[in-house]
Amino acid sequence: MNKERFKAWLDGDLDVMDSVLDLDETSDDSRDKQKEELKKLRRMIDRSGEARRVAKVETKGFYILYRCIAVISCVLLIGVLLFSIANLPRYGEENPETKEVVTRYVEKGVEETGAVNIVAGLILDYRAFDTLGESHVLFTALICVMILLRLDRKNTRTGYEDYYAIRNETAHRLYKEAIMRNVAAVLVPCIIVYGIYVLLNGQNGPGGGFSGGAVLGSAMIIFSAAFGFKVADRMITQKLCSLVTFIALSFYSFAKGYVFFTGANHLENHIPKGTPGAILSGGLILPLDIAVGLVVAFTMYGFFSLFMRGAIGRD
Amino acid sequence: MIENLLVNYEEAFAVILFGIGFTMLLFQQNLFKKLIGLNIMDTGTFLFLASMGYIRGRSAPIIKDGITDPSAYINPVPAGLVLTGIVVSVSVTAIMLSLTVRLYRRYHTLQLDEIYEMSKHQTEDR
Amino acid sequence: MELTLTEIIKLILLLLLVICAVSVNFTKSLLQAVIIFLSYSSVMCLLWILMESPDLAITEAAVGAGVSGTLFLLTLRRIRSEHDSPDSGDGISGREDNEV
Repeated sequence: MNKERFKAWLDGDLDVMDSVLDLDETSDDSRDKQKEELKKLRRMIDRSGEARRVAKVETKGFYILYRCIAVISCVLLIGVLLFSIANLPRYGEENPETKEVVTRYVEKGVEETGAVNIVAGLILDYRAFDTLGESHVLFTALICVMILLRLDRKNTRTGYEDYYAIRNETAHRLYKEAIMRNVAAVLVPCIIVYGIYVLLNGQNGPGGGFSGGAVLGSAMIIFSAAFGFKVADRMITQKLCSLVTFIALSFYSFAKGYVFFTGANHLENHIPKGTPGAILSGGLILPLDIAVGLVVAFTMYGFFSLFMRGAIGRD
Repeated sequence: MIENLLVNYEEAFAVILFGIGFTMLLFQQNLFKKLIGLNIMDTGTFLFLASMGYIRGRSAPIIKDGITDPSAYINPVPAGLVLTGIVVSVSVTAIMLSLTVRLYRRYHTLQLDEIYEMSKHQTEDR
Repeated sequence: MELTLTEIIKLILLLLLVICAVSVNFTKSLLQAVIIFLSYSSVMCLLWILMESPDLAITEAAVGAGVSGTLFLLTLRRIRSEHDSPDSGDGISGREDNEV
């Protein structure tokens, strides 16, 4: 890849996946031709037609075999699992095998991590790699949904009118409803305040990154559903979404990922832990909480926007 | 053995839910219902995992009044694992739903056997 | 063994979960299935509270019944809106699972 192609890709003029990932198979015909082809196809697979009978006979044996094996495997699965449950330790009583790890986490949890909520200290300090991988899973899911559902003027070969038709069809008219607007005008500030409270108090009580991020994402969803996408696009643009996600994820990666190179013994926090119970406590837990919460919030909003009209932000 | 099953009733119900979800995944022909079955399987797994950590008579793992005795709180480790799992489950659901939308746009049906037959006929007539 | 009130309520909620799961299997209409799934998620949230994990309860309430249910409903809407102008007798007619 030479320099101009790279520069063009950076500027957004050239789409590297343009000819590689062509998922729209009937893309070269216009819409009428598409309907023609579909009608022809459906006539071929007519309900009482010859082709379907032939196809059914071919696959009938396969379906009978499939059903038998499915019944057997379901019954076997439930049976084996129920049998193994009968051999598990009793429910509701302490398991003496897992005592050491839990004892260490609970006894030294507050002084080593500074978090009063043991679970939050666990997932963001003792086991921070799990949360790192999980945030990347969310980000990857957003990218996959974007590949599958994004309507782009350059990639929709059926023409401009098709692009606008699909966009307007799937655009909703909820913002003309007075009930929706008035209720959202009261609810959205409350939800945002509650989301920020849950996010910031992850180390002092129940909550944390995922819950706070999900609540903030729901606030953004209600806002853009009630007031229309024209208003929401002024604030939540594509650039903001990608910038925030990128900065949050790279901050988390650098904050906890350098130990791959320096060895796992360098994982101590050098940020002061503060008094347990205050908001500014817990060392690195608060910034990581905010990073995870932002990723989750923008991912949820991204899912909603892509399903609704095929784009995040205006394009 | 039945006695022990009745004592571990929560895990038994979680496994039954897993089995119901698995059955829906295999037997339903509608793609949408298959996805709901996948989700039920996921929640059954989380229920099973989190019920491993529950101890009767103890409270939630948030330190109160400075008591750091592990015999006053439930086991917090499974709760951390389930928290990650819930978010991964929603990501998988989102990807599968977008695949369903694309499949519907292509074949105009949600039944899996019809899609299979249509795709077979298409490749033969090319 | 099970004489306290929490255990009885937990048993009732678990039975409700199984009933919801089985009834999702047997409905013919997709919208009903999604609504039953939303109630399934809410009952699950109550179960998490009874099992003394408030983190899981908040996350399940916001993500399970909130975002996941919304995505299901949005897909239903998108599928219906892409079944474009009536095909004059040809095409998918009266499959029960696609009706709402």
